[in-house]
Amino acid sequence: MNMQATIEEEAVSGAAGTKTFPSSDSRKYNYFEPKGRKATHYEDVTVDVQPDPERYLAQNWIISFANGDPTYSKDWTCIKSANWHLFRAIDQEWERNHYQRQSTIVGMIENVIQNGRRSGAPSRFDKQWVGILQDHLGAYKHFEYGIGVALMNAQRRGYTQMINNALLTNSSYKLRMAQDITLYLGEIGLDIPGFDPSAGKKHWLEDEIWQDTRRAIETVMGTNDHLEQYFAINVCLEPLVGELFRNGYIAQLAAAQNDFMTPSVVSAGEADYDRNLANTAELFITLVNDPTYGAENKAILQDWLKTYGGLALSAAHNLEPLWSLPAVKIAQFAGALQAQLERIDTITNAIGLTPLARH
Amino acid sequence: MSLSLTSITQQKGMPIAEATRRIADLGWTPSYVKEAMAFPTDYKISRQPKDPMKQVLRSYFPMQEEKDNRVYGALDAALRGDMFRNVDQRWVEWMKLFLAIIPFPEISAARSMAMLGRLAPGDDLRTGFTMQMVDEFRHSTIQMNLKKWYMENYIDPAGFDITEAAFGKCYATTIGRQFGEAFITGDAITSANIYLQVVAETAFTNTLFVAMPSEAARNGDYALPTVFLSVQSDESRHIGNGHSLLMSILNNPDNHLLLERDIRYAFWQNHAIVDAAIGTIIEYGTRNRDKKKESYAELWHRWIYEDYYRTYMLPLEKYGIKIHHDDVHQAWEDITKNGYVHKVAQFFSAGWWANFWRIDPLDERDFDWFEYKYPGWYNEYGAWWENYRKLSKPGSVPITFADTGYVYPHRCWSNLVPCVIRDQLKVDEVDGQLYTYGSEVDRWTHKEAFSGEYKGRATPAMGRFSGRRQWEELYDGWDVADAIKDMGFVRADGKTLIAQPHLSLEEKDMWTLDHVRGNTIKAPITTLRSLSPEDREKHIAEYRKGSAIRLV
Ligand SMILES: [Fe+2]
Ligand SMILES: [Fe+2]
Repeated sequence: MNMQATIEEEAVSGAAGTKTFPSSDSRKYNYFEPKGRKATHYEDVTVDVQPDPERYLAQNWIISFANGDPTYSKDWTCIKSANWHLFRAIDQEWERNHYQRQSTIVGMIENVIQNGRRSGAPSRFDKQWVGILQDHLGAYKHFEYGIGVALMNAQRRGYTQMINNALLTNSSYKLRMAQDITLYLGEIGLDIPGFDPSAGKKHWLEDEIWQDTRRAIETVMGTNDHLEQYFAINVCLEPLVGELFRNGYIAQLAAAQNDFMTPSVVSAGEADYDRNLANTAELFITLVNDPTYGAENKAILQDWLKTYGGLALSAAHNLEPLWSLPAVKIAQFAGALQAQLERIDTITNAIGLTPLARH
Repeated sequence: MSLSLTSITQQKGMPIAEATRRIADLGWTPSYVKEAMAFPTDYKISRQPKDPMKQVLRSYFPMQEEKDNRVYGALDAALRGDMFRNVDQRWVEWMKLFLAIIPFPEISAARSMAMLGRLAPGDDLRTGFTMQMVDEFRHSTIQMNLKKWYMENYIDPAGFDITEAAFGKCYATTIGRQFGEAFITGDAITSANIYLQVVAETAFTNTLFVAMPSEAARNGDYALPTVFLSVQSDESRHIGNGHSLLMSILNNPDNHLLLERDIRYAFWQNHAIVDAAIGTIIEYGTRNRDKKKESYAELWHRWIYEDYYRTYMLPLEKYGIKIHHDDVHQAWEDITKNGYVHKVAQFFSAGWWANFWRIDPLDERDFDWFEYKYPGWYNEYGAWWENYRKLSKPGSVPITFADTGYVYPHRCWSNLVPCVIRDQLKVDEVDGQLYTYGSEVDRWTHKEAFSGEYKGRATPAMGRFSGRRQWEELYDGWDVADAIKDMGFVRADGKTLIAQPHLSLEEKDMWTLDHVRGNTIKAPITTLRSLSPEDREKHIAEYRKGSAIRLV
């Protein structure tokens, strides 16, 4: 062949395997290290989509904020890492499995509500219990909403796509949950004469029982450190307030008040939390074991545990009167709280922190 | 009369307006701890934006899952139907560029919802912002998935395999980074509301997500339309969010000056970036030369000029916003008379070796179509593309360095597209440093808009241009071969280029590092800055005159 030979036309078929030439079998994204032996689908569609100067931004970020901050900054949290790119979400969520899961949950909840209402269940709820749902489940939904809003803000600030997408899906779950409860209360309210769907917000804003819970979530909304928020929410507030109420209260007591619907609606939140907790723990375990900043990070987390664990514990104690409200009292606050304290100890232990002080 | 199942089983439900009202009532004003500082803006928003869509997450998730099922079903069907046997490689090659860029702007749009959610008073739009956030997460990951699918099933996976790394390094994707960063950096309203929602989504997603799919289908690619039409079906929600927020901002006359600035900047830059990339892909990445189909210019007129400018932008005047009609007309002239898209395509082919996709020469059918749609085209660009074809054999001088009369263009400091309409080149100084711009609006964008003060008014939240904005500066004085290696745009054998100026996959036809070695990259801006004032004036005058291409 000499240089004057004409260039061949493109191969007739554009299908893989038609021809062999350099890189003809390079059929994997090759610019990142998979966490396991082989990249997962989640990793392929997630890793490095948000770049940074260490990973491929040869020109660095090309717009900055007025104060000089680049498009993404490591300074947006006081946690440090020798390698921000290590973390992978345990739940491996990308768009497809996120929608599948969310859609399954809303379908399940809608079925519960539809079947329950069709059989006239809400009208058989214990009268006292109806008041509790109206006032206190009605107040609690704002807590879920606050978490969702805080995490929606947080997903702008993480240093990698993996961190920000985990914050994003967590936010999506919490905002859905807040809406689920709102719509559920509105719908059973249609079947219960005198039910006041606006009572919950009044209790959220004014009832003593809820004020420490509100203070706790407002404190989370009061910081811009996204990892502080993520830690506060999933390590402190969720076990001591969220789960305490969903699991230690609603799920334990509802059946005895003739309510088989509410636990199903609320229980979706438990499965959501398990996944988000797994992501959170994975991230903080990575950061506490960071070869350069591990000890420093651990001290910061310990500090956050003191602050937010303290706020959450005090919020939990403030909820105690709820346990004496139902007509049929089959669960005790002390037992419920004890279970949640064990839960938070398990979490902090997994991350490698000293357990939360009990006072 | 027949009874439907739903009419028997239906229970009394909450009207949707009631449902969305209760959901909006989930928000409250914190009283124990003040909410953290939002991303800064110089706008004042006092009126609560209203939710135009009236939708709840309970119906949103199943609806989206259903859309997804159709997309993934269609991808499976495309494989069963052996799509890649008949797909035009010219087209798929350009997808290496397009799909390297787009997932980052998409996820940036998700991030920007954090900025808007905090600034919009009240909680009415929170559900809208939430849906947009999750939608954009959908768009980013569904596009990464599509790209992976091409990589796995298309004949030449090189370029797809390095995609996100390439995105960070390439001289063409730099304009996509400017686009995506502009959604999330600087004044929060300027970026997330005006640049993203009011301009990019409302005006330019039609060319991105509707025109591109049509062209894909004409080239035997049924996958891209499936994914992108599904993406586009989410946009009406985002456009609604943007409009609603814009209406609250308009409400305060104090914001009008900033709105004038931002609509001007965002329109011009969206035009410069999107028309450069998408115009080139649609006109030059296709093998379909049906004379009855609309050209990019014709599409632009319908979507940008008629639908956007006349029915969205113009009516803003009645609220007292000054609209820069001359910019819209200039953009139109640039696309029709001044050959903006053709000149950008010429640039991409001039630097073919710096790409991570293959660009094949045009042939007589292409010439014929361009001449029909853009009379006079051959006279201006014919010699260039004849040269390109001639110089596509390895061992030829890379066209960039051949004696064609083509002057490697300056780059616009604002939109990062090369200053290809040469008589519009502007040069100015900002803080004592010399910069080049593609047009007067770009000069204004850098010098006046992206500044701490605008027309005597303090704008402390406005962003700044930063980083090493001009790709050429990274490799000024480098040998082409070393730059390509440094970027990693080399195939698995360590020597064959990913980019090729043709579509042959015969090894004898493929260029290697050795074929391009010995040529040096020069950053035009560095050269310009080093000239004496007189020489600089001369250089600029010469540049503005442009030069005819001669046959090699
Ligand atoms: Fe999008
Ligand atoms: Fe969008």
